[in-house]
Amino acid sequence: MNLRQEFTKGLVAENPVLRLALGLCPSLAVSSSVENALGMGISVVFVLTMSNLIISLMRNIIPAKIRIPIYIVIIATFVTIVEMIMAAYQPALFRALGIFVPLIVVNCIILGRAEAFASKNSIWPAIIDAWGMGVGFTFALVMIATVREILGNGTWLNMPVAPAGFEPVLLMMLAPGAFITMGLILAMFNWSDDAKAKKLKDAVIKRAGFITEQPKTERSN
Amino acid sequence: MDWGNLFVIAVGAILINNFVLMRFLGICPYIGVSKSLSSAIGMGMAVIFVMTIASLFSWIVYVYLLDPATNFWGVDLTFLRTISFILVIAGLVQFVEMVIQKLAPSLYQALGIYLPLITTNCAVLGVAVLNIDENYSLVESLVNGIAAGIGFTLALVLMAGIRERLDLADVPKALQGVPIAFIMAGLMAIAFLGFSGLSVG
Repeated sequence: MNLRQEFTKGLVAENPVLRLALGLCPSLAVSSSVENALGMGISVVFVLTMSNLIISLMRNIIPAKIRIPIYIVIIATFVTIVEMIMAAYQPALFRALGIFVPLIVVNCIILGRAEAFASKNSIWPAIIDAWGMGVGFTFALVMIATVREILGNGTWLNMPVAPAGFEPVLLMMLAPGAFITMGLILAMFNWSDDAKAKKLKDAVIKRAGFITEQPKTERSN
Repeated sequence: MDWGNLFVIAVGAILINNFVLMRFLGICPYIGVSKSLSSAIGMGMAVIFVMTIASLFSWIVYVYLLDPATNFWGVDLTFLRTISFILVIAGLVQFVEMVIQKLAPSLYQALGIYLPLITTNCAVLGVAVLNIDENYSLVESLVNGIAAGIGFTLALVLMAGIRERLDLADVPKALQGVPIAFIMAGLMAIAFLGFSGLSVG
């Protein structure tokens, strides 16, 4: 697999939130506005890149039996760095994200990539994998936040986008809106997967039918 | 002791700010382990247990080792909060697992497979961090830990009950599985929003 594929697989094909169902808590909790979603996404990209880098560098000297505690300490170190930087330079964002900044430690995407990828690959693939997965996570968050912010507040990234007379749906900003938006987006992805699989199956049947020259009536339904 | 205050904290953590449905903590086990009622109850019990002892030990670590106003050496170590809490929780889960395995094999059979999952359950680290953010005392932290665990179990068991019945329902193909679980969680969250009008204390 080349580096380009390592990057693009995290965007859609193996999107951590929408396909692998990892990191669901932050993607529901901070998606009430696009600004918060971007802030969380960038923090996760940073932590994921640095932890993948360090773990990939140390992969031959970490004893297999205690690898998970070591990974957690490495991740927690970078989360603490993010916490301090954000508190110093983006205090408003830090307050808005609240408890979910320290909770990046238990974001299963980061530990998952450490265990599944960085511990088995050299530095460059590990970094590219982190970028792909991080950007995929950010993409999913921004997608959910876009739906919620436009419907719930009539704005996108704090810019008013709704037509005049639009009545914001407060429910979308509250907890239920997050769950329902997430459910519908997952359903949309399932539906497009099914449609693609069906198209592929039809194409195969069509070619097989052409080869064996079956009568057309048998295939029509 | 201020019983009224403890009652407010407990009701707040169980119903008003339910950990799963209002604070979005512990979504992964909530979606993953809610397929059958028996496993939901097992997971819930394990979480209540771990949250209680995690609240206790993280509070002791923060107050006596990290907070400059109260610790033994008067040095500000609060930046170590995240690292020390996750280590305390991971160590505790490992220790509890060994103790239960030795002393209560039948309980270990029931809870065993859920315990390792709990280390990366954000609800456990979440309750430890919240106790500190809210400046709770030791007793208040303990009550908050138990109540948060009960709130998690309540949401999980309700969800499992609904999902067991949902197996018989005719759900559109694209919505089957996880998507419909999220939409139902949304409907349950609407129901729990009703509790936010509750004024206690």
